[in-house]
Amino acid sequence: MATSDVTVDNDLRNAERALQHHFADMEQQQETSTFGMWMFLLTEIMFFGGLFTAYLVYRSSYYQAFVEGSQKMNIWLGATNTAVLICSSLTMALGVRAAQTGRRKLMVVLLLITILFGLGFLGIKGIEYHEHWTHHEFPGPDFHFETIDKTPPVDPTHTEIYFSLYWAMTGLHALHMVIGVGLVSWLVIAGWMGAFTPSYFTPVEIIGLYWHFVDLVWIYLFPLLYLISKKHGG
Amino acid sequence: MEMATALQTVETENYLNSNYGIKSWLLTTDHKRIAMLYLMSITVMFWIGGFFAMMIRLELLTPAGDLVTSDTYNKLFSMHGIIMVFFFLIPSVPAVIGNFVIPMMVGAKDLAFPRVNLLSWYIYMLGACTALFAMVTGGVDTGWTFYTPFSTTYSNTHVIGAAIGIFITGFSSILTGLNFIVTIHRMRAPGLTWRRLPLFCWSNYAAALIMVLGTPVIAITLLLVALERAFNIGVFNPQLGGDPLLFQHLFWFYSHPAVYIMILPGMGVISEIVTCFSRKRVFGYEFVALASIAIAVLGFVVWAHHMFVAGISVYAALVFSLLSYLVAIPSAVKVFNWTATMYKGSISYNTPMLYAFGFIGLFTIGGLTGIFLASLGLDVHVHDTYFVVAHFHYVMVGGMVMAYMAGLHFWWPKMTGRMYPEAWAKLSALLVFVGFNTTFFPQFILGYMGMPRRYHAYPPEFQVLNVLSTAGASILAVGYVLPMIYFLWSLRYGEQAPPNPWNAVGLEWMTASPPPTHNFDETPIVTWEAYDYEHQPQEEVTVGH
Repeated sequence: MATSDVTVDNDLRNAERALQHHFADMEQQQETSTFGMWMFLLTEIMFFGGLFTAYLVYRSSYYQAFVEGSQKMNIWLGATNTAVLICSSLTMALGVRAAQTGRRKLMVVLLLITILFGLGFLGIKGIEYHEHWTHHEFPGPDFHFETIDKTPPVDPTHTEIYFSLYWAMTGLHALHMVIGVGLVSWLVIAGWMGAFTPSYFTPVEIIGLYWHFVDLVWIYLFPLLYLISKKHGG
Repeated sequence: MEMATALQTVETENYLNSNYGIKSWLLTTDHKRIAMLYLMSITVMFWIGGFFAMMIRLELLTPAGDLVTSDTYNKLFSMHGIIMVFFFLIPSVPAVIGNFVIPMMVGAKDLAFPRVNLLSWYIYMLGACTALFAMVTGGVDTGWTFYTPFSTTYSNTHVIGAAIGIFITGFSSILTGLNFIVTIHRMRAPGLTWRRLPLFCWSNYAAALIMVLGTPVIAITLLLVALERAFNIGVFNPQLGGDPLLFQHLFWFYSHPAVYIMILPGMGVISEIVTCFSRKRVFGYEFVALASIAIAVLGFVVWAHHMFVAGISVYAALVFSLLSYLVAIPSAVKVFNWTATMYKGSISYNTPMLYAFGFIGLFTIGGLTGIFLASLGLDVHVHDTYFVVAHFHYVMVGGMVMAYMAGLHFWWPKMTGRMYPEAWAKLSALLVFVGFNTTFFPQFILGYMGMPRRYHAYPPEFQVLNVLSTAGASILAVGYVLPMIYFLWSLRYGEQAPPNPWNAVGLEWMTASPPPTHNFDETPIVTWEAYDYEHQPQEEVTVGH
């Protein structure tokens, strides 16, 4: 059809380059991508959902064992990590805003801080994992657990289930964090080279959605695994 | 310009001849080419799964377990099930036919995420190769259901490899479903409202919902099985306090809805074909469309009917039994509406329609016997017998494979630009119908008489019916080999297909056969209702006699 290339500014030309052939316009492309990411996050909820179901079933069956297991958690490290992730969500959201308003350098700086927070989280998680590993709190033949309160005695194998779920859930979450750090790193490089403009910043937006989702999973994991009531634990 | 005249003289540029070479296929993002890649891969899987089925039937020719050992037999039926369910039935109609026609049906140039679509094929191939590798290096003997603690503790076969293969392939299914949902929401042509959407899109949309919501659960479940086997984590091991029933709940939470992933797209194919070859608008369009959604939703709340004898509470069983009955309602809505569509229609008996007839009859039998199995008392009697085997083969093979064959014949001219030989195709449809019933009807009787599934030997009084079943399987095999041959033959020698050989309505018939890379020269604008056959010129179906 009629293409008018009269005084198209840089920004618009950039957007045209980003428009894939099978979309009518940028608006459709942007809406489609965002919708796709929301659908993907829905599958992620179901993916973690299987583990949460298993957690709920065994927590109600072996409550005492879960209480004792959770007392092996380092609440301070866990709480710090929660704070770190919430801060990273803030910098991510500000980064998306910076992309939207076209402040390239600010966006890159904010995303770099987000990456630092993400790596900080993984580092602290690594310290925790190391502690559990050295204390034989890893399921398998080396697993060892002394019950604190002998009355009623807690079956160590039930605590082992707690730790199985702990490793599976936080491990899967950490894997998502690693992927997230990788994605944001790509955003930093692409953003620095000027790939995003106020009329095209969809990747920043949808990777932001992913980042917030991964944070949100942790917001559930932290109380479920670290903060099980001590009231009945003795 | 004039598409029709151009076709007669020179071959116009289309998605097949726009560029050549292996790279142009392996790196394509064109939904039509990806559909062809899927077609080739799942055909290979179909023959591998079919080979295992033939071995099973040969073993059961005689009462003694004489052809293979019981261990080998366990592996044969496990690998038959795994391949046919996860690597053939689930991708069959969506990934091949859906991939090819859905973007055209909605008037789009491609699916919403073309690169994700290609990625899904690579993931499928990776998963299939992993599973095949596990099978070649020793096989797996847990059945396709991987029940714990057998799969996690006692089986000495390659459970981890097979589970990882299915885990990987699950993501290809998730991505396909996600792509369909987003495409149907966001990529429809102007004027193509939800009420004008072809029923094939509706049913694939419903199936895609299940793929997106169900598949992640089986993925995490099989991951836990693999972890349990590798690290002995105890989640499903009763010796460590784990609960094997939890595995069954998680497994069937996906695997029962997965049955509807398999059948819903097939129902969509049948809706398209019945209306086209009856020259009538689908009776009760809205009901057929919403029945797909109802099946998808209800399908998520019936899973425990697989566990009636596994030790769940009687009250839970009662609720699940009742809910399972409810699925019969939308299924019946579809069957009745197809029949009502044909009533007073001017029916032509082309091959796709013959397969559709087969589908309606056999799916009805499969569905009604499902009601037997949903009732608590009867299920205790026929649980784990050949009655169950016959039931789900009537739905999966009599239903879904029939629909897949119907769809392949219906859209073959569109996909390849060639007509298949009608006489041979009719013969093969007949062979499939006769062969199928001879194979599986005796199994209903066998199961009711008490022959359990998954044994390689049986009492001599069951032999007559087993011989009948094996004989039927041979006819069925011929019925499947024939289309393979004449489809390949038609690629070179088939008659050139016009853009709309069936005189069908629908956007995919308004473009050339085979379609150009971007499907349409201009984005179509839809101003008519779906399946408006009554207001179409009443032309005879002239091609393909």
